[in-house]
Order: sequence, then C-alpha cells, then structure tokens
Amino acid sequence: MTAQLKPDTWTPICTTNDLVPDSGVAAKIDNQQIALFYLPDEHRVYALANKDPFSNANVIARGLTGDLQGKTVVASPLYKQHFSLEDGQCLEDDSVRLDTWPARIEGDHVYISIQ
Amino acid sequence: MTQRQQLVIIGNGMVGHHFAESFRQQAGADAWQVHIVGEEHHSAYDRVHLSEYFQGKGHAELALGTLDGYREAGIEAHLGVKADHIDRQAKTVTLSNGDTLAYDKLVLATGSYPFVPPIPGHEAERCFVYRTLDDLDAIRSAAAEGTTGVVIGGGLLGLEAANALKSLGLHTHVIEFAPRLMPVQLDDDAGQVLRAKIEELGVTVHTQTATQSIDTLDDGRLQLNFAEGDPLTTDVLVFSAGIRPQDALGRDCDLDMGERGGICVNNHCQTSDPDIYAIGEVALWDQKIFGLVAPGYRMAEAAAAHLDGGEAPFLGADMSTKLKLLGVDVGSIGDAHAASSGAISFRYNNEAKGVYKKIVTSADGKRLLGAILVGDNSVYDTLLQYHLNDIELPAEPDSLILPTSDATPALGVDALPDTATICSCLNVTKGDIVGAVDGGCCSVGDVKSETDASTGCGGCAAMLKDVVDATLEARGIEVDHSLCEHFSHTRQELYHLVLVEEIKTFDELIQHHGQGRGCDICKPAVASVLASVWNELVHDEPHVKLQDTNDTFLANMQKDGTYSIVPRIAGGEITPDKLLVIGQVAKDYNLYTKITGGQRIDLFGAQLHQLPDIWQTLIDAGFETGHAYGKSVRTVKSCVGSTWCRYGVQDSVGMAILLENRYKGLRAPHKLKFAVSGCTRECAEAQSKDIGVIATENGWNLYVCGNGGMKPRHADLFATDLDDVTLIKTIDRLLMFYIRTADRLQRTARWMENLEGGLDYLKDVILNDSLGINADLEAQMERVIDTYQCEWKATLEDEEKLKRFRTFVNSPEEDDNVVFVQERDQIRPATDDEKQNLIATA
Ligand SMILES: Cc1cc2nc3c(=O)[nH]c(=O)nc-3n(C[C@H](O)[C@H](O)[C@H](O)COP(=O)(O)OP(=O)(O)OC[C@H]3O[C@@H](n4cnc5c(N)ncnc54)[C@H](O)[C@@H]3O)c2cc1C
Repeated sequence: MTAQLKPDTWTPICTTNDLVPDSGVAAKIDNQQIALFYLPDEHRVYALANKDPFSNANVIARGLTGDLQGKTVVASPLYKQHFSLEDGQCLEDDSVRLDTWPARIEGDHVYISIQ
Repeated sequence: MTQRQQLVIIGNGMVGHHFAESFRQQAGADAWQVHIVGEEHHSAYDRVHLSEYFQGKGHAELALGTLDGYREAGIEAHLGVKADHIDRQAKTVTLSNGDTLAYDKLVLATGSYPFVPPIPGHEAERCFVYRTLDDLDAIRSAAAEGTTGVVIGGGLLGLEAANALKSLGLHTHVIEFAPRLMPVQLDDDAGQVLRAKIEELGVTVHTQTATQSIDTLDDGRLQLNFAEGDPLTTDVLVFSAGIRPQDALGRDCDLDMGERGGICVNNHCQTSDPDIYAIGEVALWDQKIFGLVAPGYRMAEAAAAHLDGGEAPFLGADMSTKLKLLGVDVGSIGDAHAASSGAISFRYNNEAKGVYKKIVTSADGKRLLGAILVGDNSVYDTLLQYHLNDIELPAEPDSLILPTSDATPALGVDALPDTATICSCLNVTKGDIVGAVDGGCCSVGDVKSETDASTGCGGCAAMLKDVVDATLEARGIEVDHSLCEHFSHTRQELYHLVLVEEIKTFDELIQHHGQGRGCDICKPAVASVLASVWNELVHDEPHVKLQDTNDTFLANMQKDGTYSIVPRIAGGEITPDKLLVIGQVAKDYNLYTKITGGQRIDLFGAQLHQLPDIWQTLIDAGFETGHAYGKSVRTVKSCVGSTWCRYGVQDSVGMAILLENRYKGLRAPHKLKFAVSGCTRECAEAQSKDIGVIATENGWNLYVCGNGGMKPRHADLFATDLDDVTLIKTIDRLLMFYIRTADRLQRTARWMENLEGGLDYLKDVILNDSLGINADLEAQMERVIDTYQCEWKATLEDEEKLKRFRTFVNSPEEDDNVVFVQERDQIRPATDDEKQNLIATA
C-alpha cells in the first residue's frame, strides 16, 4: 500500500526514527519516488526526486550529503554530480534540476506536500 | 592535381619512426607520399626499454606508434619486408617481397646490428644477440628449460642483457675481454666498484677472458673454451660485443662510407648523394657514430626540416649517460677518462658502500669536462648541467662529490641558463618549460603534456619537477594541496591529526580543523583514516553518514542502482559445498554471476532490501564479507603452488590464504591487491599487484607497488628470500606506512613514485628502520588485525542497522525501474529503449 496523494495536503510518510541523520532514505508516494534527507542540526527534512537524471536510476537517496560553494548538497552515488537540497539545482549542469517538495517534521512524524 | 613526390624511409626503428613523425609536422608534408619499409614485422617500438619486455610489457606497450596512426597520416608501411637494393640511377628501391618502390628522396634509418665475434662455433643454435623483440622471444624460450646463461661482452648492453638473463631465473655469467666492465665509460676503479656490486647480486663476472671456441655438447648445451682457465657450460649464450652500422645498402650503391663503416652525412644528414639521407645509428657524422637514441632523433629532425626546404642542422650531441644496470646506478659524462690536455681529476671511492665518483675538470679547475659515477647517481643531473652549460665550478670542485652532512650541494635550477637542456630525449630546454608554465601549465603533468619533456627515458623527471616548482614559486603561484574546500590539509596531515589528537569522529575533526559540513570527497577520506587508525565498524553511528553508498550498504552499486555481492574466497580456494551455496543463492535471487579477476565470484542484480537475506544465507554457510566495496584489501590471488604443481617450490595457496585473512578489512587510501606465485613462472601475476609475493627455493621474494588498471606499473623487487615471519613483518610495515602517508585515492604505485627518494627511500624506512617507526607501524597493524569483525555479520545482528536496508521506508515494494532482460542465459539491466518497449507491450 502506498500513501494516497491529496492536493495541498501534508501527507505523512514515515517517522523520524526511519530517517538517518545527515543522510538519506527513499520513500514512494503513488508512483513518485522521493529521497528524504534529514539534517538534525537544522531539525529539517528535504524531499527531492529520487531519480538521478544522469543515470536514470533511482539512487539519489543513497548519496552523500555535504556542502559545496555555500549550498547544502547531495552527491549522486553513481557519477557524483551535486544537487542542492534546497531547490534541486545541479551544480555541474545549469540545465538539470531535481523536483523538490516541501517537507516538515511534526513530533515524530515526517510529512510531505505534493501538488 | 600534380603527382605527389615519393619519399621512402628504409628502417622502421626508433629513428625512422621519429623521422616520419617529424616530417608530418613540416609545412610541405602533404606534397609527399611517404613509404616506410621495416624488416622487423613489429611496427617501431621503444628499443631503449627493450628489457621491459621480460618484465611483462608487450609490443603494444612498447610501440611508438600504431599502424592505424600511419594509415591516418597517409603513410604506407611495408613491415616484415627488407630493402635489398638501391638503384640510384633509376631512383628505385627493391624489396625482399619483389616489389619496387620509386623515390624522389630516400632516407636510410637502418640502425645497427650486434657484432658477433667470429669465434668458432658462434653459429650454434643457442647463441643469440640482444637487439629486437624477436631476439628476446628466442632467448626466453631457450631459457625456459635452462639453468645457466652467459653474456659475452661486459659493456652497457651486455650488462643489460645479463640482467635480463638473471630475471629469467638463470645463473648468469658475464665475460669481458678487457680488464674491467664498461671499458668505454668507466675507469679501472669505477669498473671495480661496479663489478663488486654486480657480483653481490649473484652475477659472475670474468674479465680479461678471451673465448676461443664454442662447442655444442650432446645435450644441446654449449661449452665455452677460454684461452686460460676452465671451460664453462651454459644453456644460453648472448653476444653483446658492440654494434656495427647496418650500412650494406649504402656500401652497395657506392655512397661515401667511413673507414670502419657508417654512411657519411653532412649537417643536414645528407649522404654523398643529395637525394639520400642517413640518420640514426647507421649515419657517420664528423667521423662519429652516435649509439644513443637522442642524437638519432636530432638527426631525424635535421633531415625532415631540410627535406622541406628548412634548416635544423645536426651539430653533434652529448653522449653522457645515466642508467641503472642490474639495479646499480652508473653515470658517465663527457671526457670521463681525462683525455683532454691539462685535465685534472678528483676522485671519491667508498669501498664499504660501493660508491665511486670522479670528476674531470679543466686545468684551472673552473670547468667540468667529464665525470664517472657508480653506486650513486644523485649528483648526475647537477654535474651534467655544469658540463653542458659551461657553468663555473665552485672554488672547491670536489665538494660536488664528497659526502657532506647536508644534502648534496645541488645546482639550483635558477643558475641554469634558459638554453640548458633538461630533457635530452625530446630536446626540451629550461626555457621551453618556463614558457609552458607562463602559458598556463600549473603542474608537472601539464608541462609534460605540453612539452613532451620526460616522456622519453624519464631520466630527467626529478630535474623537470625542480624546474616546474621553482618557476611556479617564482611566479608566486602556490601549489594547493587542500583535500577539498572543507579541509586545507592533505590526507597525510589529517591522518597525523587523527592519530596525535586521538580524534575519533568526523564531527570532532571538522570542528577543530575544518569548516562547513564536509562533502563526498572529505567524508569518505576521513572515514577511511578513522577506520585505519581506530578500526571501529564503518557502520557505527558516528561513521555511517560518512560512507559512500558502497561502504554504507556493504555492496557495490551498479549502473541501474542494484548491487553486486562478493563473498570472500581467500586465495581463490573454495570447497564444492560453498560453490553450491553460491550457485543456489544466485538461482534463488535471480542474480547474474561472473568470476572476477581476483579469483572470486561476483553476484549482480540485488536490490537493497534483498541484501540482508542474501547475506544471511551466505554467512550461515560460512562465508564472510569480501570488502569488494571498500577502499581496502581486496584479494590475494594465487596459483596452485607446490601442493599440486610440478614446478611449485612453496605452498602459494597457503600463503595467500594467510595473507588474505591477515589483512582482510584493512582500510587504506585506495584498494589493495595482492598475489602469491608458487615459483618464478609467476602464474599469479604477482608483479602487477600492490603486494606481490613469489616463491623461491629459500623462501619468498617480495615485490611492491605494482598496478594493473589504467596506468599499469610493474612492481619493484623489494626484498628477497624472506622467511614467512619476515615476509609478514615487512608487509605489515609497508602497508601501514602507505596508509599513514599516501594521498586520498592514491594507489601504492603512484604513492611510491611520488615519495621523495622513491624505492630506495622506502627500502630504507621499511627494511633499515631509518625513521625509527617500525615498531609503531607493526603495533598499529596488530591493533587493526585484532579488532577485525565481519561487517556483514555485525550488521545482521543489529536491528537498527538493518533498518537502512529498505528500498522504501514507507512501502515493501521493489523499485519497478529495475528491469532485467536475458542475455547468454542470464539477466542483465535493460537499456532505456528496452524498458520503453517492455512498458509499451505490457
Ligand atoms: C637493449 C638496448 C638498450 C638500449 N638502451 C639505450 C639507452 O638507455 N639510451 C639510449 O639512448 N639508447 C639506448 N639504446 C640504443 C637505441 O636503442 C638506439 O640508439 C636506437 O634504437 C637507434 O635507432 P635507429 O632507428 O637508428 O636503429 P634501430 O632502432 O635499430 O632501427 C633500425 C631498423 O631498421 C630495420 N632495418 C635495417 N635494415 C633494413 C633494411 N635493409 N630494410 C628494412 N629495414 C631494415 C631494422 O630491422 C630495425 O628495425 C639501447 C639499445 C638496446 C638494444
């Protein structure tokens, strides 16, 4: 069973216990694969598309996080391009951007808003 | 269109090839149809490094160009064909295959042939010369069954041939007619030092020995009979008694010849027939033959320029040489024998260390005329620059060769004029290098590809680096060694910080010594350092976020996001039962299977959530993780060894298993590969590994810092005839020293090449404990080995860790983007097109 999509609503995905600090996990909502990154020092979750546009494989959630040139980023585990967690922008290629969704933590739960 | 002119080159050796290349660069090259005729069936190759053929290099690695390259350049190559005759009236060349080539201009680059003294019996089957790849093939197959080899001739090439025979496992003798080795380049004292060093290596030297006849015995072996002394029996005999210009073609068509051979040429390398040029070792310029490749290249350039109406005259060349013969440094510069009038010499002779140095100066002591070095070439570059550039010597010239408490008084590169030749093979001057740096080159690598400096014999590498560094420094360019934007340290510096300040986590390190959050460069690098020093599990809470995906999930990610699984099969030895388990797992989970280069089995196509189940089955059957995902010890490849093989002299499988189990899991700056061979036939290919062990009658020979891959490197012999305990101790130290000092992602080969002092320095540290750190290195290795745990076993026992092995945190589904198709009866990832089709037809 995957969670149902409702416009303009926060969809509960998982609990904070499912997240890995400073690292990523993948989730699936309808047919959309989403990478969730948890940065405990910001107490914040970022949600990006899990599909790596350079390899067409669903691997972004398994990349390393960090910061580069002032941006908080994830590096694709396959060919190592960097994507900004904030807006999905690829640092190596201006024309490539991952979809992103608003995400938040409330209590023990993690929610995403998908339009 | 006008008919193109015909240019025929005879000889596809080093110089003929260089001529073809140089000629292509000339402005008018397109007006010519170029033919190159070569008697050898191989296209031109690097004869200077011929001996590396016995260290595993093939023609492809030694080749100077390719047939495709010739084709693309419009050059017609006729290989395996000899030019038999030149008709200067008709302007044609007749070839051994019956063809005739017409020429407008002809270039003779036929090189030279080894002189074989007419000793009765010299035509016997097991007599060879040492000049071509075919010669080496013949020597190798004759040596395969034999035990003894003899070289007649103790000159430079003879000693090189002796080294080759020795490397083929033969007891080797060198027979020299003169009273000393290398009579041309060395004096008596130097010859004595060289002889002592070479005999130490197990080569028997006979000087002042004249061979009178060679008998072939009933069993095919040869017996050498001498004017005095006992005869000597051998399986292989190599003549290296000098070379002679291969000038028959010129003699035949009446070109002007030298009294003792060679085709006379002028400064443009034209012979007495202006339409015929001669270059390389066949050419006689100013009554001199130049038996080195660099002068040959200069001649080729002179002829190429002249043919195109330009001018780059050949004005002679310096014959100084620096080499390593049987591992012994030998250098000879200019007037080594102090033959110039009024010359005075200074000598330093250290019999204890086997070092001899001599310089020859002008009567006033101001100019360096010549030098001889044996056992230590460290001042060669400096001396050569004094000599070539006529730089005034220090007031006490002997200070250049006397040992001092300080480092050698090297001639600063600043003192060199811009015209100073740094690389004589490719003719690159200091000015060229400075120009390249000013043109934007920022490293030795850049300068190399820009100027080709140091791409010939490589002897000038250290000098090149000095010039590049000094120029960069003078331009105020600082060479940045930062790991990444978060740490302005090298990996080595971080290693020391972790060790000295007892730092246990990345967060602690970045807080005190770095900035920001880190990145995919520094996180895994620091994780590896922490693992090497403290050996906590890479999955423990503070470390897991530092690992890249392979280390995180203890498997190797493939292009479609699935993983491959490699259980450890130490030494490549596996029981039938375990083989069945691997087969069953592959069947149950529909995995693609392939045997790896490291003698184990790789299982491909598992999704994240399948990994724990698969590993549970493997671990229950007695497997453990193979660390194929880590920058760590991979495999110890082995041959079957003395247990089964009729040639084996030690139990190579046993040693391989011992080594693999000892070092498994050791995290390092890069992956580490080992191999153990049970005899000198070397079936495990140990000499291409980071650590290579080859069995001898008396124990083990250790080779280090070899490398396959993108930039292969032959391993260096590090120590010989070690017993088991010493072997392991030596490897312990070497690996720990590598882990401590290498850069991130630097394999052992590049590490050693970049260590100042290279192999000798490394030997000094590891074998002589010159830094006094060996006890430390051993203790640290002991600690890592004692704390080994199978990472998969530990993971399976920990619910928290298993949580990560979910494809989705909110669903048990699989990744439906992972699609396989069948190929050769197994799965493989579908291509994007195939996926589209599958969806369309579904
Ligand atoms: C083992 C060894 C180590 C050496 N080490 C060094 C070193 O460290 N430094 C250094 O500077 N030099 C070294 N040399 C010398 C160097 O290799 C030569 O100076 C160089 O190869 C000369 O080039 P070349 O083209 O004149 O002759 P070659 O390279 O000998 O080429 C001549 C070619 O012409 C072909 N040929 C001859 N006659 C005919 C014909 N009639 N028709 C068609 N083809 C013909 C031959 O088959 C050969 O292939 C070494 C040589 C050897 C053998």
